[in-house]
Amino acid sequence: MQVKNKLTPFFENLNFERDDNTMVINFGPQHPSAHGQLRLVLELDGELVVKAYPDIGYLHRGIEKMAENMTYNEFLPTTDRLDYIASTSNNYAYALSVERLIGLEVPRRAQVIRTMLLELNRIISHLFFVATHALDVGAMSVFLYAFREREYAMDLMEDYCGARLTHSAVRIGGVPLDLPEGWLGDLAAFAAKMPEEIQTYEDLLTENRIWKMRLEDVGVISAEEAMSWGCTGPMLRGSGVKYDIRKEEPYELYEELDFDIPVSDRCDSYGRYLLYMEEMRQSARILQQLIPMYGKTEPQLMAHAPQYISAPKEEIMTQNYALMQHFVLVTQGMRPPVGEVYAPTESPKGELGFYIKSEGEPYAYRLKCRAPSFFHTGLLQEILVGTYIADVVTIIGSTNIVFGEVDR
Amino acid sequence: MRKYTPKDNVQAKSYYTDRFWVAPRVPSEAIEEGSHFDRVVMAVADKVTIEEAFVQIGQLRIVVKAKDNFETLQVLRDTCGYKMCSELSAVDYLAKDGEFEVFYQMLNLDEAKRVRVVCRIKEGEAIESIVPLFKMANFAEREMFDMFGIKVNNHPYLKRILMPDDWEGHPLLKTYPVEGDEFASWYEVDKIFGKEYRDIVGPENRDPARVDRYDSQRFSRVGYEVPFGAEIDKENEKENPIKYSETFLVDYNTGSKVLEKRK
Repeated sequence: MQVKNKLTPFFENLNFERDDNTMVINFGPQHPSAHGQLRLVLELDGELVVKAYPDIGYLHRGIEKMAENMTYNEFLPTTDRLDYIASTSNNYAYALSVERLIGLEVPRRAQVIRTMLLELNRIISHLFFVATHALDVGAMSVFLYAFREREYAMDLMEDYCGARLTHSAVRIGGVPLDLPEGWLGDLAAFAAKMPEEIQTYEDLLTENRIWKMRLEDVGVISAEEAMSWGCTGPMLRGSGVKYDIRKEEPYELYEELDFDIPVSDRCDSYGRYLLYMEEMRQSARILQQLIPMYGKTEPQLMAHAPQYISAPKEEIMTQNYALMQHFVLVTQGMRPPVGEVYAPTESPKGELGFYIKSEGEPYAYRLKCRAPSFFHTGLLQEILVGTYIADVVTIIGSTNIVFGEVDR
Repeated sequence: MRKYTPKDNVQAKSYYTDRFWVAPRVPSEAIEEGSHFDRVVMAVADKVTIEEAFVQIGQLRIVVKAKDNFETLQVLRDTCGYKMCSELSAVDYLAKDGEFEVFYQMLNLDEAKRVRVVCRIKEGEAIESIVPLFKMANFAEREMFDMFGIKVNNHPYLKRILMPDDWEGHPLLKTYPVEGDEFASWYEVDKIFGKEYRDIVGPENRDPARVDRYDSQRFSRVGYEVPFGAEIDKENEKENPIKYSETFLVDYNTGSKVLEKRK
């Protein structure tokens, strides 16, 4: 037992033997495969995990508290910092719940651009998953290939909104910018190239003997368990439950688009890995369908709702009343109607939804961010028990948790 | 007279509200007869008393008594097919009615329907844990306890989750300021330096926008520069060509050269 005082510091990773011959070790919070700030207290019997206790909160920034002290538009850039791998998904989920609260109809061009950005973000996030998951398990080269493609996707994001990670590319009521010139061509080239690149990763991993040995029958979650633990997204579909919010509760243009929802009933990490690969293919397919849709839209980008959304700049500069409304919206903020809303969206990690309770004030009375990774972290305390310590890293990687979202 | 600031809700408030302005409300629709939600309400009403039920933005909202929360969710799960609880948390209404509103966001995977079960508990009352029904509540109820201090009966391991174990206060309460209370400002000072260094170190600045013009270590001075860490004599401060703005950019009460020139 360690006695902590100023002369003998406390060693966090020191193990201490106990009478029952189990050993307690700290995994993280600074561990390269902890995907951020996960501290996992593991009780080991030899190499077998007897008890796992995920300890979170190392990245807690009080985003829900900040939401209560910011106007609705002020808060939007903060949502970037939730799941920082796919910021647009967060921006969009937040914008969608405010739009549903107000009852806004978003112009079609904005819808097309939003859907494009969402799917691009899905690819970025999934590539990040494949790269880091493979790196954790020990396959270095996939990381390099996947990050190369991710750079191209990030370049597209950068060309559109100027940022690579914290995009804030979606606004309440639409999008702030139209697509830059030549962007659609780049996107088409990217979407056309993507399936080949996915094939490259699949060639490296799918039939790889080591990869299969490390992933097959590791981190098995039954469908019942997945539903009970609140698993969503690939974690749920990897257990054989076909539920994708894009299909079941469609938002934006997903109703018109033609895409498949991959499901795997293998219930293990390998099944989930295959799902991620297939989802990227489907995202590329969606992107290809969206490109011709863009040309058929009117140029309006933001919804027309002067009470809530500022008029376009041209109107503000020429019309007095639009300027006055803009001034009120900037200085005081919009006041959505009294009520509550929960708008679920399918983020790359799972079901991301914002519960907003509005009391008719410019500040949300309560905002709860339903983050998929939070519940996937909770699941770790059950699925890690009975596995070997070498598989712990595989299982954490396959849950695809991001700590900006877990701790909020 | 000084402006009265309420102590029971210290969150940001609108600085101006039109006195004739009436906040609109999100329309709440009645439940259509024979619809899915109608069947859900009937099934729940068989077991517990429903205080209120209506559809808002496509989702059913059922208000039940706090003691019935477990039974309601059990009915929803076992007879109505709501196999997933996607979220659970609370809303602080202590200032208004001395109550918390606890909500459970339920999802039916087969029919893609969502129901929100809402119940209210008084301050200091506990609520029954739903961990036996939905394991996701393990973390979610811990977060609710951490953020609001709501005790949950029969939870397997009710402990703080996001805040440190030795934290005092519950951050999402309306009485808790966004930059933290006094405990928060000393927490890290006590941890890193020890309580005996409080006088030397001073409280932690938890307001990221605060600028101390006499602190030459953390802030640079514009116009008249001083070496790092230099003591600035507040009384005999050298005259600075650039006016510091502490509350306003232009002080119209003291004569400004620019304004004089314009006159």
